[in-house]
Amino acid sequence: MLKAAAAALAAALALVVAGAAEAQEEAPPPPHQTWSFDGVFGTYNEATLQRGFAVYQQVCSACHPVTHLYFRDLEKIGYTEDEVKGIAAKYTVTAGPNKEGQMFKRPARPADHIPGPFPNDEAARAANNGGLPPDLSLITLARDGGPDYVYAIVGLGFTKPPPGFKPIPGTYYNQYFAGNHIKMPPPLHPGAVKFDGQPASVPQMAHDVAAFLNWAAEPNLDERHQTGAKVVLFLVVAVIVFYAAKRRIWSRIPH
Amino acid sequence: MAAPPPEAHSAARTPATGYGRLTRWIDYRLPFIASMEHHFTDYPTPVNLNYWWNFGSLAGIILVIMIVTGVTLAMYYTPDASLAFDSVQRIMRDVNYGWLIRYIHMNGASAFFLIVYIHLFRGLYYGSYKYPRELLWILGVIILLLMIATAFMGYVLPWGQMSYWAATVITNLFSAIPVIGHPIVTLLWGGYVVGDPTLHRFFALHYLLPFIIVAVIGLHLIALHQHGSNNPLGIDKRGPQDTIPFHPYYTIKDMFGLMVFLLLFALVVFYIPNYLVEPDNYIPANSLQTPPHIVPEWYLLPFYAILRSITFTIFGIPAKLLGVCAALGAMLILFFVPWLDTSPVRSARFRPVYKWVYWLLPISLIALGWVGAHEPKGIVVIIGQIATAYFYFHFLILLPVLGKFERPRPLPISIAAAVLGPRAAVAGAAEGQ
Ligand code: HEC
Ligand code: HEM
Repeated sequence: MLKAAAAALAAALALVVAGAAEAQEEAPPPPHQTWSFDGVFGTYNEATLQRGFAVYQQVCSACHPVTHLYFRDLEKIGYTEDEVKGIAAKYTVTAGPNKEGQMFKRPARPADHIPGPFPNDEAARAANNGGLPPDLSLITLARDGGPDYVYAIVGLGFTKPPPGFKPIPGTYYNQYFAGNHIKMPPPLHPGAVKFDGQPASVPQMAHDVAAFLNWAAEPNLDERHQTGAKVVLFLVVAVIVFYAAKRRIWSRIPH
Repeated sequence: MAAPPPEAHSAARTPATGYGRLTRWIDYRLPFIASMEHHFTDYPTPVNLNYWWNFGSLAGIILVIMIVTGVTLAMYYTPDASLAFDSVQRIMRDVNYGWLIRYIHMNGASAFFLIVYIHLFRGLYYGSYKYPRELLWILGVIILLLMIATAFMGYVLPWGQMSYWAATVITNLFSAIPVIGHPIVTLLWGGYVVGDPTLHRFFALHYLLPFIIVAVIGLHLIALHQHGSNNPLGIDKRGPQDTIPFHPYYTIKDMFGLMVFLLLFALVVFYIPNYLVEPDNYIPANSLQTPPHIVPEWYLLPFYAILRSITFTIFGIPAKLLGVCAALGAMLILFFVPWLDTSPVRSARFRPVYKWVYWLLPISLIALGWVGAHEPKGIVVIIGQIATAYFYFHFLILLPVLGKFERPRPLPISIAAAVLGPRAAVAGAAEGQ
């Protein structure tokens, strides 16, 4: 039955491949980049994530929120408790009500969500030619290609449009955006952010911010990979042990 | 009422020696150990079951995994349209090992369907639905339908874009039913759009249905143990020489299979947990923005493809209604397989033609799965229509007609004779089991 099953699968695949040739693409798939967190043993690199956070904070946060992040989460990428308090204190949040029933403003604390740039979606659209800058804290999971896509959009996509491209006012040409008209102005320019006092290049900033956003979407990736290695190792041993036990028990009877 | 005859307390129901007095006292009144021994230890099982027989117990174990992870998720999950998406993110980020619980539950649903589909196709190949196992088969089909309902409602709970739009598209299908269609949709929605009441009732049902599945599995097992397992030869057991006790032979074989499954499952959960997820489901539900492609989960794609393959009207019946009937029919037709297949021989090993044409069914379903994942344009629609036509042809024409005309190969006299006799004499041994 196994051999026939394989043959059936092959036949079905052939059908599928024949059909797939028909399908057409909208934007080219983003080229694959090398990430420290790729593969079974991949882990995040704290220095990269901190540089990426700097890019987010100094550039992207003007338009995009990271809705699901708390300031305290930043301790997981190597900031100390005091550094996180310092980062939070630069933001103001609305709290309350106080004893008089009034809402009031206070500096943010580590336990607060990182506040976004706009009070609501309408304000965000009004400031961006009608485009809504999406939450970036899940963006690498919410798009095919994940960090490669983010890298492609902000690091590669804003090129000269091909001849014959019809621009739409208020939008920009982006090679990797579906439909090619994006309402985000090119956010990264050489030297927009300084890494250790050195002006950073666009590919550097794009790489680091994409890595940071991948962390923002999957902060538990390191733990997942490490726990996975242990579980898989354990199960490999279990498979061998149970196979041996099965052979041994079945050797008692003719079959 | 007359007292039950003495043999009602059959010998098999008294616990074996070696237990303490209290245990025996209890077991005499509530025969727990005795029935465990009867059903799991001594239970006589054909000696020749192959690895395709591992999938039933695997399905049971994955159901337990789904219930344990599901109840845990429910402790943190909030079924409110404005909070559901964020509550899932809190599970992923702030609950200890919440990411693990959710990734197991999410991928567990896929594993469950994969296992149950293999289990079902095993039954189709070896004729396990035939006399006297028709009800056993029917109970299995009921479990599949309940699973489909459960998984569909579970998929709505994270309240992402795909959750919302899949719920909208699928529930809307009921509106194709004349007269009662629209009231049914309103009932499902709890209003006039998919919204908060929909989410609440789907959560309640998603919590309830798995326990109904457990109950039906209980009946499935009772029906199974009435006549025992079928086997790859498809012939009845003739006596003790054909069987071995379930324990330790099949317990250890099932454990080995379970470890292999867990290993593969762990690789998915830990290294590609989002491989099967539509990225759109990581965008919060938005009733004003329709995603470009609305697709159900892979395990429902063949039915979705059949639904969309009906692009024409017949006798003025609208295509949508025909599509709904065709998709529903594709599930319901399984109930009738024991009577549609007219061959007296169970196992495909002894059916020279069925053995080959059998494979056209999984092939057509895989093709339908592919069709369901793509936009219904051009060649996609045509492949879908051919595969749908074949699906129905297979059950409604091929199975009944083949049974009448095919000349089965001679069956071995007994399982023991086939297993212990010279290998070369065993019909079907060349199959490479
Ligand atoms: C001036 C405001 C602004 C800044 C600064 C900005 N963006 Fe955007 N971004 C937008 C808007 C507006 C959109 C929505 C585009 C649309 O829908 O056409 C967007 C969309 C995106 C998208 C999603 C594209 C998609 O597939 O929908 C990504 C990814 C993105 N931005 C990344 C970034 C990153 C990374 C940065 C920082 C380096 C950044 N943006 C800085 C305004 C901005
Ligand atoms: C037959 C067994 C079950 C199946 C097939 C199943 C299937 C699913 C599916 C497909 C999802 C969506 C996963 C996602 O995309 O995030 C889901 C979510 C969920 N299920 Fe189940 N489930 C089962 C049993 C249970 C049980 C018994 C409970 C207990 C209450 C439960 C509670 C939940 C909760 C709270 C969610 C939402 C959280 C989330 O989306 O991860 N499930 N289920």
